[in-house]
Amino acid sequence: MREFGAFVKKEFYHILRDRRTMLIVLVMPVVLIVLFGFALSTEVRNVDIAILSPSPDPTVRQIADRLDASEYFTVTRWLDTPARIDEAMKSGEVQLVVAFGQHFSGGMFSPDGVQMQMIVDASDANMAQSYTSYASGIIAAFAGEMAGAGGPQGILSQVQFLYNPQMKSAYNFVPGIMGLIMMLICAMMTSISIVREKETGTMEVLLVSPVRPIYIVVSKMVPYFVLSCINLATILLLSVFVLDVPVAGSLAALWLVSLIYIIANLSLGLLISTMARQQVIALMFSGLLLMMPTMLLSGMIFPIESMPWPLRGISCLLPARWYITAVRKLMIQGLPMLFAWKETVILASMAVVLIGASLKKLNNRLE
Amino acid sequence: MERETVIHAEELTKRFGNFTAVDRISFDVDRGEVFGFLGANGAGKTTAMRMLCGLSRPTSGTGTVAGFDIARQYEKIKRNIGYMSQKFSLYEDLKVWENIRLYAGIYGMKGAEIARKTDELLERLDFAGERNTMVRKLPLGWKQKLAFSVSIFHDPAIVFLDEPTGGVDPYTRRQFWEMIYEAADRGITVFVTTHYMDEAEYCDRVSIMVDGRIDALDTPHNLKERFGARSMEEVFHALARKAERKE
Repeated sequence: MREFGAFVKKEFYHILRDRRTMLIVLVMPVVLIVLFGFALSTEVRNVDIAILSPSPDPTVRQIADRLDASEYFTVTRWLDTPARIDEAMKSGEVQLVVAFGQHFSGGMFSPDGVQMQMIVDASDANMAQSYTSYASGIIAAFAGEMAGAGGPQGILSQVQFLYNPQMKSAYNFVPGIMGLIMMLICAMMTSISIVREKETGTMEVLLVSPVRPIYIVVSKMVPYFVLSCINLATILLLSVFVLDVPVAGSLAALWLVSLIYIIANLSLGLLISTMARQQVIALMFSGLLLMMPTMLLSGMIFPIESMPWPLRGISCLLPARWYITAVRKLMIQGLPMLFAWKETVILASMAVVLIGASLKKLNNRLE
Repeated sequence: MERETVIHAEELTKRFGNFTAVDRISFDVDRGEVFGFLGANGAGKTTAMRMLCGLSRPTSGTGTVAGFDIARQYEKIKRNIGYMSQKFSLYEDLKVWENIRLYAGIYGMKGAEIARKTDELLERLDFAGERNTMVRKLPLGWKQKLAFSVSIFHDPAIVFLDEPTGGVDPYTRRQFWEMIYEAADRGITVFVTTHYMDEAEYCDRVSIMVDGRIDALDTPHNLKERFGARSMEEVFHALARKAERKE
């Protein structure tokens, strides 16, 4: 056991003395949170729009004011003929044009109702969807008020956004970033650090020594385990205090699931290290086979529900997918542990399988 | 001096599928001997050595190292041998004393003993001023000497050296061999593979492997006589020419 302590100490030395890597590891979550939180936002905010109204109209004016007053839109142009829509869109000045017909106010009281149209730049389809739904929401609310005030009758659709009432994208990406960062640190860094010893030749010396191989690899996992915990704490603190994303559910449950996820990824890293002989290969393995699929298929960025079935199948193999789902439930929706039992069980079984496979591989290699 | 066998191999064989890497080799190495283990790349040296170190189980045949069976008691063998590989085997980002401490700890040495022997060692190597230096900063020759000293720090019965002098300048190689002799004088058996034929001349006895078999085993003097050669270089070429196996 004393040997084990000496090994763990040595691993900490390796990491602490590699200042650059350590800095990257500790700063990465902060950078990602700040990037996603403030720069790469998918929230709709201050989008420039134009209003098309062939003639001055009081109701159109009111609606435009409503749109402008919201934090989502800024009315930057008024157009008087549909012919100019094309030019306004092409120049990129506006992303959305809300078009009203002649005599809009009068039309509102006619039995046939009145029409309006939204023309949106759909080159970014997701954002286009958000723009129109936000604008429709504002206009529907306006129409509702008119109806309530004894004005024309209209059908109102009320949408309620549960769990994330302000529709903040942080609610969506915080779990994703947690999944990604812990995978990077546990799987990628662990595998690279084990393979590095193979490359430099020290692994051979350790294998010839009386140390049990399991000690060697477990001692390598300990520092990365600690680093992941630090990162997890950093992310949670940042999300609560900087992004205002609270931990709605039980913190203990969140940590439990996270620890299982970390262990699964550490074993994944070990498995990679038993297959790769060079750091480059380990890096490729974890980069191409882990990082890319995790970013694209784990539901971190793109919703899993809208993927074709082969991709959905692949996503089931990614620990990150289950972890992210579980974090959404536990942290964002504030559900009790019971509701995340499926994800927890899947993650735990993945961890068990990965530990088994990597230990078996490790032993085989020594034969 | 009474002869005492520390390595004994009998019909040792290792097959990987159809490929016989090591083909029924038998030999004995005595205590305190400097035993040269030669062979072209791919002749099976490394595989044979791995079996003796307990890293690889023989397909057939038996052997003992330091009195322990290589197939069953490899855990005990590992406690009684030292090993230095062709690659540099110390940690570059650890200080000199941290490396010594780590490896000594692995072999179960106690703290006080490690401290005393570390002082002794650094004194002997004229390294006392480098105790806190990162190994990365040492010149290659020093690194190799340090690596060797670390591999015999726990006073093993046998030390296995796998091409220990690769890439080292001739002057340092000479110094290195002086250290090998010192170790042998202290009763540590030295089992060394090398590509340098001048080093083969320094060994007490030399075995030459060709295609997984030991084709010659004797003192350098006797080998040269038998092959009518002037140097070990010529002996080696005469044997290696027969090899059918390519790298």
